Amino acid sequence: MDTFALLLQGLSVAIQPINLLYALVGVTLGTAVGVLPGIGPATTVALLLPVTYKLDPAGSLIMFAGIYYGGMYGGSTTSILLNTPGESASIVTALEGNKMAKAGRGGPALATAAIGSFVAGLIATIALAFLAPWVVKFALAFGPREYFALMVLAFVTVSAAFGDSALRGLTSLFIGLTLGIIGIDLQTGQARLSFGIPDLLDGVEVTTLAVAMFAIGETLFVAAQGKRAPETVEPVRGSLWMSAKDWARSWKPWLRGTVIGFPIGAMPAGGAEIGTFFSYAAEKKLSKHPEEFGHGAIEGVAGPEAANNASAAGTLVPLLTLGLPTSATAAIMLAGFQQYGLQPGPLLFTSNPQLVWGLIASLLIANLMLIVLNLPLIGLWVKLLTIPKPWLYAGILLFATLGTIGANPSVFELGMLLAFGLLGYGLRLFHFPIAPVVVGLILGPMAEQQLRRALAISQGDVMVLFTSPISATLLALAALALIVPLILRARGKGEVLAAVAADND
Amino acid sequence: MIEPMAQANKQRRPDWAALVIAAGLLALALLVAWDASRLGAGGAYARIGPQTIPYAIAICLGGLAIWTAIAAYRHDFPEREQQDFPPVLWIVGGLVAQMALIKFTGFSIATGILFAMTARGLGKVSLPLALLSGILISGFVWFVFARLLQLTLPAGPPEQLLIQGFDLITAPFKAAPGSAS
Repeated sequence: MDTFALLLQGLSVAIQPINLLYALVGVTLGTAVGVLPGIGPATTVALLLPVTYKLDPAGSLIMFAGIYYGGMYGGSTTSILLNTPGESASIVTALEGNKMAKAGRGGPALATAAIGSFVAGLIATIALAFLAPWVVKFALAFGPREYFALMVLAFVTVSAAFGDSALRGLTSLFIGLTLGIIGIDLQTGQARLSFGIPDLLDGVEVTTLAVAMFAIGETLFVAAQGKRAPETVEPVRGSLWMSAKDWARSWKPWLRGTVIGFPIGAMPAGGAEIGTFFSYAAEKKLSKHPEEFGHGAIEGVAGPEAANNASAAGTLVPLLTLGLPTSATAAIMLAGFQQYGLQPGPLLFTSNPQLVWGLIASLLIANLMLIVLNLPLIGLWVKLLTIPKPWLYAGILLFATLGTIGANPSVFELGMLLAFGLLGYGLRLFHFPIAPVVVGLILGPMAEQQLRRALAISQGDVMVLFTSPISATLLALAALALIVPLILRARGKGEVLAAVAADND
Repeated sequence: MIEPMAQANKQRRPDWAALVIAAGLLALALLVAWDASRLGAGGAYARIGPQTIPYAIAICLGGLAIWTAIAAYRHDFPEREQQDFPPVLWIVGGLVAQMALIKFTGFSIATGILFAMTARGLGKVSLPLALLSGILISGFVWFVFARLLQLTLPAGPPEQLLIQGFDLITAPFKAAPGSAS
């Protein structure tokens, strides 16, 4: 069956009223958490995992994907009106967007962000639908050694290739990998790093770690900053509509942003924010009004906003086709699949096409819902920004602990939540990235399984990893991704890499 | 005259916080290696067993500890911003209080206390007001998630009261003929 037929079949799943409802709940929640600083899509999906345990898998996953897309839309609102990015993929938007809002052009800035997100989301979701079957065909040839090599590549790109320091990225990754070996070894049944504590035998819950690192760590960090520079919400003055000139200046950046963002999301190269930095740099270079950059150039909002939505869709390519998460949100969505006993990968496309294609098709619908939610209803979201900080963060901690207690009502689990929260605060304080910890925890055990399987087949011969062309290429790429940035940084060209630091979601 | 002196002094003195991180990483490496040394191999001839990856991780952690120590002497770590610790203590205190109380007082009171202490940590708010709203919101959340979505959230005296009150209100509807169980 060709992609169109599959996509149509998916649409018939996605337009079932109950799935439409899940998508609507997802995009609404996603927009809300995108708008609110201090809580992003990764945290939200992690909080919802225990709550959705008893719900329908397809519906929940549609909701999670809606949250991911919605977070990308909502983040721009905060960036433009508050100059504080609502989530990490919107940092660049704040550069030009807030300047536009201060100059009374907040309306067109919000409009170009929302329409750009829509255009990019639409194109990238269709690209996802067409690319996925190809990757699946390719991935069917993958054995354990290829998967292991792919995961090594993901480890390197997520932790060391971008960001301002390979040392700190790798340290975060290895903290995650260490947490990943806690619990019973699946092949021999021996307990590792458990110290006789029964609660540790099942390992560290991805959701507990993610909620602690993101929600609690962030709350502690914000609290410790005290009262610095009171934030002011720029009111949206004047019309929301873009003038003909705004349209003329926006459409090319939207398309370029999509073209830049999608492959970066699809490659195992980390979160959505990386594409936004490249897109911003490209727009600045290509613009006919370079003098406006830094003072509110609309291209600087249109391009990066399109790029972050396109990368969100791109991230779903390795997640769905290979089971490989390349961002924190994707890592938690993988935990979401596993919660229902589903393993994303090439087999899921044949064993459960209804679910996969329903999910992809529902993204098209979610995208449509989001533009309605984000343009006419923008006033509602702006109100969210006026919630005073103490109540906002008190509420975030209430829900953070609710998720953990709901998943496992034990004092020990709450203790881990606190311990990891403090760890998350410490990591933020010393500028360690957070995402590699989460990715290390979830991918580490999978990589170990694949490696042991590969070496069992070869009877312990390590060279087997290099005799398959695919796995040798992937490992070579991983080595390059580790070494090239080190050389660049040593030569003092690290600013470019620091600028594209992969951070939260 | 004083400026260059201070500068040189700063350069010579290592970054203590970063050295502590290096020591922590080294301790973690030793812990992982020690734990791995207790594990048996998986089968007599297996060259790769449950201890292989932990050893590899321990070696890498050790390497990162050395790298971090070098960075500490070279002042490669970015400057830390001044931190306000009292707010952090309020929030950590709230989490500890919730942990200690939840088994005895149930979800609403324990979480309400966490709510109030977090709010206090992030700004000047009236504690009694925050406590009252925290307990009411947590009670509402408990009702929605524990009763309607069937999540297991610990119930204490207030929740028991809520259940009984709810049963009392819904009793006439449940007693309708045909649906009695």
